[in-house]
Amino acid sequence: MTSTPKHDLESLNRRLLMERSVPGRVGYTLPPLDVPEQEGPPAEMLRDDLPMPEVSEGEIVRYFSQMSQANFSIDHNFYPLGSCTMKYNPKLDDEMASMPGMSEVHPRQQEAGVQGALKLMYQLQGYLAEMTGMAGASLAPMAGAEGELAGMLMTRAYHLANGDTGRKKVLIPDSAHGTNPASAAMAGFDVVPIPSDEEGNTDLAALQAAVGDDLAGFMLTQPSTLGLFDTNILEVMRVVRGAGGIVYGDGANLNALIGLVKLGDLGFDVVHSNLHKTFTQPHGGGGPGAGPVIAGERLKPFLPAPVVEMSRGPDGTERYTLGAPPQSIGKMGAFHGNFGALVRAYSYIRTLGDEGIRSVSRDAIINANYILSQLRGYYDLPYDRHCMHEVVFSARNLKRAHGVSALDVAKRLIDYGVHPPTMYFPLIVEEALMIEPTETESKETLDYFIDVMKTIAQEAAESPDLLHDAPHDTPNTRLDEAAAARRPNLRWRP
Amino acid sequence: MNPSDLKYTKEHEWVRVESGGVCTVGITAFAVESLGDIVYLELPGVGEKLIQEGQFGEVESVKAVSELYSPISGKVAEVNQGVVDTPEVVNESPYGDGWLLKVEMDDASEMDNLMTADEYDRLLASDTH
Repeated sequence: MTSTPKHDLESLNRRLLMERSVPGRVGYTLPPLDVPEQEGPPAEMLRDDLPMPEVSEGEIVRYFSQMSQANFSIDHNFYPLGSCTMKYNPKLDDEMASMPGMSEVHPRQQEAGVQGALKLMYQLQGYLAEMTGMAGASLAPMAGAEGELAGMLMTRAYHLANGDTGRKKVLIPDSAHGTNPASAAMAGFDVVPIPSDEEGNTDLAALQAAVGDDLAGFMLTQPSTLGLFDTNILEVMRVVRGAGGIVYGDGANLNALIGLVKLGDLGFDVVHSNLHKTFTQPHGGGGPGAGPVIAGERLKPFLPAPVVEMSRGPDGTERYTLGAPPQSIGKMGAFHGNFGALVRAYSYIRTLGDEGIRSVSRDAIINANYILSQLRGYYDLPYDRHCMHEVVFSARNLKRAHGVSALDVAKRLIDYGVHPPTMYFPLIVEEALMIEPTETESKETLDYFIDVMKTIAQEAAESPDLLHDAPHDTPNTRLDEAAAARRPNLRWRP
Repeated sequence: MNPSDLKYTKEHEWVRVESGGVCTVGITAFAVESLGDIVYLELPGVGEKLIQEGQFGEVESVKAVSELYSPISGKVAEVNQGVVDTPEVVNESPYGDGWLLKVEMDDASEMDNLMTADEYDRLLASDTH
């Protein structure tokens, strides 16, 4: 007779931290009290509805290790999440950011004591300005959307400084990230959407019709969220600048251009860079990121504070100080941005150097076009032309023929160990699957992914339910996303 | 097939004239199919003024947030609390229990600006929506 244990390992390991708590169990030992005992807070200020977990050190280490194994990251496998640039983050850059001189500085330290940290920021400002063809940068914004907001506030300040009070309209393509209209609206502008033409470029007729005396600016993502280089760009510049508008560049897709095209040379006035995407910083968990805002001559005086400035002492030694541009829009936060993210980006840029940075965009573009060419015919291509660093397919052919959606394809990819691509974005593409391989993937990985995508297209035809019920091999299988959104259950309750 | 007693907008809302100049407003089966599972609706309060083609609210699904545009001008007479509390009703019955608003119509002639069921069916078939 064989016996089986009453408890199974899976349910043991899936207990929440509070469910592992046992009264009196501790993960520490304290020495005897050798100072006078102090009175605690008054009883009426104490609550008993938020208990602390009582667990041993070993138990808590196991808890977090098990959670990390249930997670998916770029260190595990391929992560082609379009628009997010999930490239491999070199460990060297983490190591640099962890050095005590970087990780233990305090924002309130006197400038004389943190000259090295300030020099790093000063040089990074310069690198970003050089790579984007701009005149100056502020590292203060702590995320891409904050960089966008800074750029829009600068646009507003620029027009007001010119006594131009009637410029209230910001034009935004219909393929834009949702943060663009949000940033423009937060800065007090009225947002006017501009359609894309059938090539996926800015519709010039619609643009022409929308510009006038009330135009404040145009927010353009280049390449667009369709992964396409907007070949109308020079005409767009002529129209918008001719009407007195500022051209804002959303740097979300800078991984396609860095080292190859300078946005300033195309005519952009201001741009933000998501350092966590284009350079390095693990960002799958939502941050911390960094969204420096970089400006050409027209908007440079309005950059947010602080910016790092360099001067020379009488003996010629360099001195780095925090300052504010003459017409600065002010501060975006308490201090000077997410310093750790700045160190990683600096280390990444210095490690790769000039030629290395060029290869980033080149390889990202080649990888995306390789996937495009291999999956053409298996998935619809709403805009069938060379792409930049990402490619947008549509699963509408599978949906019409087999009732299989982009969501089903994405879920099935999980069974094959691949992170789902971005789905249902950009909004102008039906059943969109947005795939961004990045430059750090090998041909072997790309071939595996291509093979899997072809297999899934075949499964959609032969056994669609395999996709409808996917994923099959994860701790949780298909989730009821609607119920999770309608009745969210986000915390442990006693 | 969309019900023939309703009028439609190109933004995929429908309207039905009830007795006494009150209209019922909702979103179409095509809208519901495109959105997927609806998880949240933001609707105006009773007494608020709507204008034809003006935005009156938002619908959020697991895929996206979309704006709602009023098919007619008028004053909100009633809000369907049932769909605010349980948005899945809109998915299940877009032309029935999933209605969104009752509106006191300002100008009945505005109905002429809207599409008939036949015209709306053709719009959907034309693939240019």
